[in-house]
Amino acid sequence: MRHSTFFWFFLPTAAAMILFIALPIVSVVFQSIYAPHPAVLVEVETCTPLVGCTTETAVDQDATRQLRESQPLGRFVGLDIFLDRGHLATGEMGEAWVDTDSWGAFFNRLSNLPFYRAMGFTLTFIIFVTPFVILLGLLIALAVNALHQSLRGLAIFFSLLPFVVTPIIGGLVLYWMIDSRGILGKAIQWLVADPDLSLKASTGLMWIALIVWGIWHAAPFAFVIFYAGLQTLPKDQIEAAQIDGATRFQQVRYVIVPHLLPLITFVTLIQLMDNFKVFEPIIAFQAAAHAQSLSYFIYNDLQGETRQLSSAASTSVLTILGVAILLSPVLVRTWRDFKGKM
Amino acid sequence: MASFVQKRPIGLKLTIYIFAGLWLLMAAFPFFWTVWGSFKVELDFFSIADWTYALTGDRTRAEYGSAFTGAGYEGAWVQEEFWRNVINTFIICFFVVCTSLTIGTLGAYALSRSSYRYTFFLLITALIFRAMPPITLVTGYMLPFFEWNLWGRLSTTIIVLVAINQPFTLWMLHSFFQSIPKELDESAKVDGCSQFQAFWNVIIPVMWPGVITTGLFSFLLAYNDFIVTAMLLSEENRTMVPQIAAFLGTTYTEGNVMFAVASVVSAMVPVFILVMLFQRQIVSGLTAGAVKG
Repeated sequence: MRHSTFFWFFLPTAAAMILFIALPIVSVVFQSIYAPHPAVLVEVETCTPLVGCTTETAVDQDATRQLRESQPLGRFVGLDIFLDRGHLATGEMGEAWVDTDSWGAFFNRLSNLPFYRAMGFTLTFIIFVTPFVILLGLLIALAVNALHQSLRGLAIFFSLLPFVVTPIIGGLVLYWMIDSRGILGKAIQWLVADPDLSLKASTGLMWIALIVWGIWHAAPFAFVIFYAGLQTLPKDQIEAAQIDGATRFQQVRYVIVPHLLPLITFVTLIQLMDNFKVFEPIIAFQAAAHAQSLSYFIYNDLQGETRQLSSAASTSVLTILGVAILLSPVLVRTWRDFKGKM
Repeated sequence: MASFVQKRPIGLKLTIYIFAGLWLLMAAFPFFWTVWGSFKVELDFFSIADWTYALTGDRTRAEYGSAFTGAGYEGAWVQEEFWRNVINTFIICFFVVCTSLTIGTLGAYALSRSSYRYTFFLLITALIFRAMPPITLVTGYMLPFFEWNLWGRLSTTIIVLVAINQPFTLWMLHSFFQSIPKELDESAKVDGCSQFQAFWNVIIPVMWPGVITTGLFSFLLAYNDFIVTAMLLSEENRTMVPQIAAFLGTTYTEGNVMFAVASVVSAMVPVFILVMLFQRQIVSGLTAGAVKG
């Protein structure tokens, strides 16, 4: 295809992506290093006879407007917002480093800082959800593949539901069941014989519930991918393994898993990207008091009357850096493969 | 085929069926429980006094005279005017799907038919864009949208949703286009078609399954979105999902949790129907990306 033809075909989608993905990223970077101008204050001395003179501080509207017009981006603050208490908190970190004498105490101090708490939850979520999703997806795929032909379609239909249904709705549906008033919540209270056990009161339980939601939501995706992979498994390989006397576990370990390996890599990549964005269950579970992800942290800044755009922008930049770090090994590998092919 | 080695011992077979059954219960039971419970009153839906009330509908009968009631639905649809949000959702989904597919097929077709190096870089850039958490992009929209008075409108949200989902759409359509032999458009061009005519008259007619599958996923992405619609729509333009989230704030305090439950069930229904009708396409769409790796 000629360059000019390619250009015209690709123009609309490129325009959409540049305008609404690339430029916003630039805008976020700018917003993170510029803070809005504070109002210009003037001291006005008013003297009334008999009472005397009082000085009042008032907003100088004209000066404020003039300042905002002359520097529409705002006040340049450099990395100040990045380093403040709500973000990287370098000052507090340094203090904690000096004050504490063990790693445990240091991390404890760190976990009181909101940004690190959000990052801690996001990373925990990724670390637990990703492997469990792959394991559970693989087990379900093997099990459904072994079901009677007539049951498979139905099994796939029901399996797809947690993945396809709106994440917030899936989250609410689960939350209403495992809440302390819900049927599962009551059952758990009865099982451990503790009537006061409640999701809302315990950070640990809330984290577990969110991770369970993550696995429940994404396992169907892994299942569908692996199930499709199982359909292309060459019969002769399995038969050869059987003739060689491989046990069922050995067949899975040495024939099926290697065959599915590219798919496992693919699911891992998608899972890493998606779990890094984790957000919806925190809304559905009303978990913000116990667990905030990076996405929720930004959402919280953008919410309400006082939209803290600069703060949200700084967290966004840090999140984008996180995505870059997360993706870099994949990108390096793809680049090597690509160079190899050339 | 059925050699004796391949036959599963009865114990293993039983384990497999029990495991599959347990998983299906885990996957589907919460939804059915909520659908069932949405026709009850709050005291029955939640196991406050006695969990068996959820089955017998004791409190519901005491309040409404029968074990099932549509009070939650009436409250959500009539009193809270949930139908407005339903209409907004379908307007947004319709236009997102149409626009996504139009610009997506053009772009993905070009990517799959060009043999130059830049196609690789464009695809990788799209992958990086796909990894961006949407909330970081929304942060970037806020200031300019307020400044230019674009905030709160359905049209703005439609364009934003199209753009945010474009990387995904491109990848999926690209893998479908790759599976159509290039000889097809070459022979069309030999017969005197321009590139666009070859695309429109020859390739698109055989691409329908891929287009439908991708359209289905664009629909789901727009339908399921919370972040963009919650942050960029004004109150009167709200779609279903942010409205449900707003219900959570207001109805918990007013004791109208059942409104939220009823609207959740209402919003689930279209997805259920889609999965039922298009199960095959959803599965093929999910695997289309994976085959390419």
